[in-house]
Amino acid sequence: MTQQTTAPAEPQASAASGGAVTLTGISKTWGDFTAVQPLDLTIPEGSFFALLGASGCGKTTTLRMIAGLEEPTAGTVRIGDQDVTGLPPHKRPVNTVFQNYALFPHLDVYENVAFGLRRRGIKSVKKQVEDMLELVELGHLPRRKPHQLSGGQQQRVAVARALINRPQVLLLDEPLGALDLKLRRQMQLELKRIQTEVGITFVHVTHDQEEAMTMADTIAVMNAGRIEQLGAPADLYENPTSTFVANFLGQSNLIEAQVTGSSGDDLLLSVGDGRLTLPTARSAATAQIGDKVLAGVRPEKISIAHADDAATVPDGRNKITGRIIDASFIGVSTQYVVNSPWCPEFAVFAQNVERDTRLTPGTEVVLHWNPAHTFGLDATQDIEAGEVSA
Amino acid sequence: MIVLNWLHWIRRHLVVFAAIAALFYMTIPNVIVLIFSFNQPKGRFNYSWNHFSLDAWTHPCDVGDMCTSVSLSLQIAVLATIGATILGTMVAFALARYRFRGRAPVTGLIWLPMAMPEIVMGASLGTLFLNMRIQFGFWTILIAHIMFCLSFVVTAVKARVMSMDPRLEQAAQDLYATPTQTFLRVTLPIAAPGIAAGALLSFAISIDDFIITQFNAGPSTVTFPMFVWGAAQKGLPVQVNVIGTLMFLVAVLCVVAGQLLGRTRKARS
Amino acid sequence: MAAISTAPAGAPTETPPVPPGRAARRRKLVPYWLLLPGILWLLVFFVAPMVYQASTSVQTGSLETGYQVTWHLATYWDAFKEYDLFYLRSLIYAGIATVLCLAIGYPLAYTIAFKAGRWRNVLLVMVIAPFFTSFLIRTLAWKTILADDGIVVSVLDKLHILNATAAIGLTSSDRVLATPLAVVCGLTYNFLPFMILPLYTSLERIDPRLHEAAGDLYARPFTTFRKVTFPISLPGVVAGTLLTFIPASGDYINAELLGSPSEQMIGNVIQSKFLTVLDYPTAAALSFMLMAVILVIVSVYIRKAGTEELV
Repeated sequence: MTQQTTAPAEPQASAASGGAVTLTGISKTWGDFTAVQPLDLTIPEGSFFALLGASGCGKTTTLRMIAGLEEPTAGTVRIGDQDVTGLPPHKRPVNTVFQNYALFPHLDVYENVAFGLRRRGIKSVKKQVEDMLELVELGHLPRRKPHQLSGGQQQRVAVARALINRPQVLLLDEPLGALDLKLRRQMQLELKRIQTEVGITFVHVTHDQEEAMTMADTIAVMNAGRIEQLGAPADLYENPTSTFVANFLGQSNLIEAQVTGSSGDDLLLSVGDGRLTLPTARSAATAQIGDKVLAGVRPEKISIAHADDAATVPDGRNKITGRIIDASFIGVSTQYVVNSPWCPEFAVFAQNVERDTRLTPGTEVVLHWNPAHTFGLDATQDIEAGEVSA
Repeated sequence: MIVLNWLHWIRRHLVVFAAIAALFYMTIPNVIVLIFSFNQPKGRFNYSWNHFSLDAWTHPCDVGDMCTSVSLSLQIAVLATIGATILGTMVAFALARYRFRGRAPVTGLIWLPMAMPEIVMGASLGTLFLNMRIQFGFWTILIAHIMFCLSFVVTAVKARVMSMDPRLEQAAQDLYATPTQTFLRVTLPIAAPGIAAGALLSFAISIDDFIITQFNAGPSTVTFPMFVWGAAQKGLPVQVNVIGTLMFLVAVLCVVAGQLLGRTRKARS
Repeated sequence: MAAISTAPAGAPTETPPVPPGRAARRRKLVPYWLLLPGILWLLVFFVAPMVYQASTSVQTGSLETGYQVTWHLATYWDAFKEYDLFYLRSLIYAGIATVLCLAIGYPLAYTIAFKAGRWRNVLLVMVIAPFFTSFLIRTLAWKTILADDGIVVSVLDKLHILNATAAIGLTSSDRVLATPLAVVCGLTYNFLPFMILPLYTSLERIDPRLHEAAGDLYARPFTTFRKVTFPISLPGVVAGTLLTFIPASGDYINAELLGSPSEQMIGNVIQSKFLTVLDYPTAAALSFMLMAVILVIVSVYIRKAGTEELV
């Protein structure tokens, strides 16, 4: 696909103007340090794709290799049908929204947005620039300099400056990192709206899991230069396949258990003198009887009952007993930390629908959940990988 | 009570009083130069007040070769500024933008001329020219001036380029600018204030230099500072004060104009 | 849907590494091309003369017969024996002038950085603008200010200060001009901006909230200055003192214009050897020794002050 230098002025271009990105065996090393392990990745045309990970996991390096700002040590980068591995940034049909935006301080909003068009020798840029500024709702500020804009406005200029070139792929490097929480939420929705409108492939790098889940169709969770897991947000959240993803994406309770048998589609596990059930299909580990496995459950799936009411817990649910050591009321829910002999510091988020006022620290409780919400992980991994240290 | 308050106030503002005294110390010679430009001295020297006269202001070029020396100084300062700014900016970009072998010795070489008394540089360069049997004159002065202005330009430009976000250049490349376009459209405009500061500094240093110039000038190339030096020995014409005052006024005017220009530009946008 | 497989680490990938290419090699040469003219200029007109001067200092001969390198090191010894007092005087005058510059410049830089408010730019212009008048003219103005029949001298005389300063050899009992005080006063005046500008640059970077924080943590204003402001401004102090001391120790203009023969500094000697007596080997030896002395003092000072942030 070639760049259309005389593209129609309407920013709402055809929905299929995005290009797929194909990375083949791509890696990056600096001396002894490997930033990105050899990886293969296909980002489908027109999707909103997020690379999610902690700082230093290789996500930004991967993005910069797509942009051409970093030369891969090995492997190829293809955009659409074109191999762009050897091309300098200014010859690639991609544009980037930089971290902290990198707006040109000596040019005003209008000239910043027109920069890419002018470099490609387009003379009449007025209509396109004005339309693009309308799209990002900055039509009234064309002559402001970047330092006279708020953070949110600067961010929108950066997006407009990249999008006006109708790249096949738009790369976003932590585009919302410099904004405060409220503005970040607002811009997340705005970016999603723009992506739907223009239909270009967006590749978004972030360390904020909520941001990734809000915006992306597909998330790749990266850790130590590798992709740990890839999938739709809900799929990743419900079915993590590694302790890193289980802990990094939301919060998980992981219990070390032993496989004692199976019954139909379920594996039977024992934890101390308790019993748990795990759907075989939801176990990422292929465990034989006698093997150890990590049984996981998300805090919000768990119900909490006073020990006196233990008899009211229906049969067939996974049950664990323990004692509350901390309870914090945060409005919509109450978060409990429960200590049980086999799994310390169990987290439970209970909706404040009918709050049981007896549940104070020191109270003996029964935790129970639907066995279908249990997932299984390989027990050889670090159980604390990916935990966000407070 | 009142006296105590008063003492307290003085103590709190002691540093400001010291600052005002320092400013007074720094500006009083300029005031003297201004006042004595209206003097009609008794003898050949213009050190004590005799009576008011506008002669020097109405006939500034009436003394010997003074105006020739001013124009020589201006020529050398302009050429030295251009030369030092071009060479210095190139070096500054190399130091600020690239990693290469031999960075440390280059940085040291740039720093050394600023850490060297002028007389050492002037005398050694003069010795070289003398032994090479090179004719002292305009060119030897110019060579010397470019040599010692260079380091100041490098320092000023390097500071500016180093503080520039490298992502700006990457953004330009990402937006289809070729390396040349990136340099002309982004790097150079953003580095411009640093280059201007370096050039201004070069001009000021060059036009006022005496020591190095004295060691590298020929008998017929007399710059303005050299003219003043000679005059201080034989008899000091009032016109020297006129030129001194004019230099001061032009400089202040430039600064004020620059400030106003910056302010209106800010107000407009 | 997206496809993914992370290849195991260390497994050979099928795609070969990108070859460096001629463009990359050319890019590697770019900094050298940029450096070439400037560095060449300094090598030819700064380093080479230094080397040449070193060789001149061990030559013998005369202008008529030409000079030969004879490793005549006695030139150094003779020159030092004859002019040691001049070196000492230069260092003392430059030292005093540097201390005075710091004492006068610090309050001014501090005021501009923290107390000037909207007058900040005006004050900065007032510091820099005098510079644009040729410094020789301004130095000559001190002849008027310190003249024997001027206000300064008569006031100092009335207050009997002149007698006191004459007793310690700073002035004579009836005049300031042609005494050490006049020369030091001129040196201080001439190099004051070199002190103020680096001081201001380092002070200006200090967040005023640091002062408030120190006050909040029970520091009195002077303690705040001693424990917070001054240590942070130390790089500026070091840069300023060097920028003052180095040129002051090689100066001969103030001694010539404001002093008498008994205030002459080493610069005056080198200047007259070079330009009047035409004794080039001695001039070269003297200026080489001056350079060596300054380098030693500066390197000891930098180590003591414990800062390397100079460039």
